[in-house]
Amino acid sequence: MSLETIRNFSIIAHIDHGKSTLADRILQLTRTVAERDMREQVLDSMELERERGITIKAQAVRVLFPAADGRTYELNLIDTPGHVDFTYEVSRSLAACEGALLVVDAAQGIEAQTLANAYLAIENELEIVPVVNKIDLPSADADGVALEVADLVGGNAEDVLRISAKTGVGVEGVLQAIVDRVPPPKGDVDAPGRALIFDSSYDQYRGVVAFVRVVDGTFEPRQRVRAMAQGTTFEVEELGVFSPGMRATPELGAGDVGYVITGLKDVSQLRVGDTLTQARGGAAEPLPGYQDVKPMVFAGLFPTDSDQYPELRDALEKLKLNDAALSYEPETSRALGFGFRCGFLGLLHMDIVRERLEREHDLDLLVTAPNVAYRVRAVDGEWIEVHNPAQMPDAGSIEETEEPYVRASIICPSDHVGAVMELNQERRGTFGHMEYLSPERVQLIYDLPLAEIVLDYYDQLKSRTRGYASFDYELLGFRPGQVVKVDVLLAGERVDSLSLITHRDNAYRQGKALVEALRERIPRQMFEVAIQAAIGSRVIARETVKAKRKDVLAKCYGGDISRKRKLLEKQKKGKRRMKQVGNIEVPQEAFLAVLEINREGAA
Amino acid sequence: MSVRHLYVHVPFCAHRCGYCDFVTVTGHDDVHAAYVDALLAELALHGRLAPETVYVGGGTPSILADDLLARLLAGLPGALEVTVECNPETITAAKARALREGGVNRISLGAQSFQPHLLETLERRARPETVAAAVEILRAEGHENVNLDLMFGVPGQSRSDLQADIEGVLAHAPEHVSWYELEAKPGTRFSVHHGAELARQAEALEDHYETVVAALRGAGYRWYETANFCRPGRESRHNLGYWLGHDYLGVGVGAVSTLGLVRRRNRPRLRPYLEACAAGRPAPAEVEELTASERGLERLMLGLRLDEPLHLNGLAALVDDAACDRLAAAGLVLRDGETITLTERGRFLANDVVASVLR
Repeated sequence: MSLETIRNFSIIAHIDHGKSTLADRILQLTRTVAERDMREQVLDSMELERERGITIKAQAVRVLFPAADGRTYELNLIDTPGHVDFTYEVSRSLAACEGALLVVDAAQGIEAQTLANAYLAIENELEIVPVVNKIDLPSADADGVALEVADLVGGNAEDVLRISAKTGVGVEGVLQAIVDRVPPPKGDVDAPGRALIFDSSYDQYRGVVAFVRVVDGTFEPRQRVRAMAQGTTFEVEELGVFSPGMRATPELGAGDVGYVITGLKDVSQLRVGDTLTQARGGAAEPLPGYQDVKPMVFAGLFPTDSDQYPELRDALEKLKLNDAALSYEPETSRALGFGFRCGFLGLLHMDIVRERLEREHDLDLLVTAPNVAYRVRAVDGEWIEVHNPAQMPDAGSIEETEEPYVRASIICPSDHVGAVMELNQERRGTFGHMEYLSPERVQLIYDLPLAEIVLDYYDQLKSRTRGYASFDYELLGFRPGQVVKVDVLLAGERVDSLSLITHRDNAYRQGKALVEALRERIPRQMFEVAIQAAIGSRVIARETVKAKRKDVLAKCYGGDISRKRKLLEKQKKGKRRMKQVGNIEVPQEAFLAVLEINREGAA
Repeated sequence: MSVRHLYVHVPFCAHRCGYCDFVTVTGHDDVHAAYVDALLAELALHGRLAPETVYVGGGTPSILADDLLARLLAGLPGALEVTVECNPETITAAKARALREGGVNRISLGAQSFQPHLLETLERRARPETVAAAVEILRAEGHENVNLDLMFGVPGQSRSDLQADIEGVLAHAPEHVSWYELEAKPGTRFSVHHGAELARQAEALEDHYETVVAALRGAGYRWYETANFCRPGRESRHNLGYWLGHDYLGVGVGAVSTLGLVRRRNRPRLRPYLEACAAGRPAPAEVEELTASERGLERLMLGLRLDEPLHLNGLAALVDDAACDRLAAAGLVLRDGETITLTERGRFLANDVVASVLR
């Protein structure tokens, strides 16, 4: 098949704007999936994805479309993950295409996420085919939204397609528009092979499967192949296309989208964004844009039942096979026992991992308050990255600190701009600029510390704009920020698992909130308990749990010895569940105070 | 069988007080005589006894008519110490005489409080003057070892109420005082009616307890057990038996015996008890088999209620030495080789201290 009849495209849409429905309709219309196999949203195959209505892993599918000119075109739809945490994966998926459908809900209009991905597509020089979906809705404002979209992509409102993926109206027109407007792939069929890995997955029996877009040359089974950035080499066991299941083909040539079975045993050996080429006589230059993605949000995962530790370890190992961005290392907490410090791309990623562990592996988990990665330079000049309060050096030996920043884009109705600005102010945000997308809708750009958004920023944003704001961000990297570790001392003894890292400006408020929460959770005992929050040796907040003065059983004679013994045994058992810190007994739930505090303290 | 301590339960009461969770029976005056017969029949099954102490408790043993009471006492084995629990309103000169003639040398009088409004809350029938009159009659009839039962933590009890009760007790110069915190056990009428008030005053009770201990010690009483005070040499030998972990035999409905590793609890229903005893059968009972470590734990729990050192003979394995050292350093226990004693502050916190001392 010549490059002339190939079109590679993705669909960009906000959650619930109808991407999956449109994809399903396309599969149906081109008879790629037999009617009887058609279940809703074929592409979102993971149970969790179907439930949440979002795409976590990119997928691809090839459909054959008989166009108006009488020729049959090969259309490769490359699905993109739909969330901020996966921006990098989105950008790689887009890099594998020449065009993108920009799908906007006729009732909702453009959302921040759509905008961010649309900009990504424009950066990748993709031809954008704007589509207004859900025109069948009573509340649809197809003309208004078409104007907004045309304004964004720089075209005419008449060129914006109006469809209903649900009823099928206009879907064939979408396919024709892809053929007409999206350019065919360019590439040198005779050059050494170059293929962009835009996703990968792990198959228990066949190892790592790379999802690729071939840019130049041709790949064949049995060839020895090299991933240029990472240097991993392997022999191609099988390759082929998605239609929509994997179907082996004798080769994958320039312009094709398909899969390569590598036999590798670990997805981290083959990173998204890397370029495959022949091990011998391969290309000299990789395709542009490879980045090593690094986790930015960290949290401890502990089994509620300590007996489940080995199962948690096995489950993380399995998840990691399929999720190169997930990192984990063993962590021991005095309060919570054995667990793992895990690194995630963002909060959604964390949520997904937690849910998959609980659901697919039947584990009961306790997740500690997440924190971001910090960079700390000690007096001796060495920079270290800190993922855990325990790794933070002593306050005295710290020269400077840096924290990760993001550029946030918020779109909200214009009458909520004040509330959004106030929120960003509270979160140490720096105003970038403001733009009216329409008289009613405004886009705000702020630079914000990642730490300020990991906890409840999105909830706050939603509640302060009555649910109307949408939000997206991209990582900017580390910037100077005065972060400190706040320690908690119980009766003078430091308790590791209660420490937190926070910005100096928030330290007093969070420290105070934390000791107050602890006072409520630590029962009175035989000794007075001093609860202190401190930065280094400086105490910033203090509370006291007074010692109790009486704890006796009033009377005990021959008739009630058994009952009193049972009470004593019960009291003893209660003590065993407590954590002993010096003379103090701390109930397990007190250690969770730090979780709530982070939420309140950040607000 | 050599039993050192004999307990005899008389369940009858004129009225069941709201806070009470003992086995009690109201009404049924017609069965008093049958019950005394049953008690003596049950006792006979245990052969000849020569106990050190006999304790007739209730209920209200003194509610029995004088002749019935005399018959019961005559049927009980003699002992060094024979105690009968009495309610003040049942004490007459004739009753006091019947008690003394029946060999009773210790009277335990349920005063509870000297404040009319608190007696009312407790649903007691006695008035303050009834208590005074009862003590006077007992003294006049030659009873020279009298205990008064008092209570603190009664809903609505103020500091000055407590102070007045302390003065009331001292005015009667009893040889022995038991002063309990009111325990509103779940399920009693009392905890239902007064639960909220009891929770509200929980912190004030810390003061009350300390006040009681300080006042009675100040007046020359020895705080020899968590809730018990005595003039020198006037400890309740019977109750000491429980606290020192001795075996004891209990007869009557609901009475408990602990003999070695067997604890027997007579069933609380009156009718089946009477029938079994009348037929010469053992009283219906449930049996609890204790393990040696349970018995040891009880020994620790009970022994540490006393002001005297607890010898750890055979109990050392139950004790967490590290915890003991910690508590000793904090001034809650004294550890001296083979003995443990709670300090004054340790005694106020006995539950927590004992739970901590246990391994």
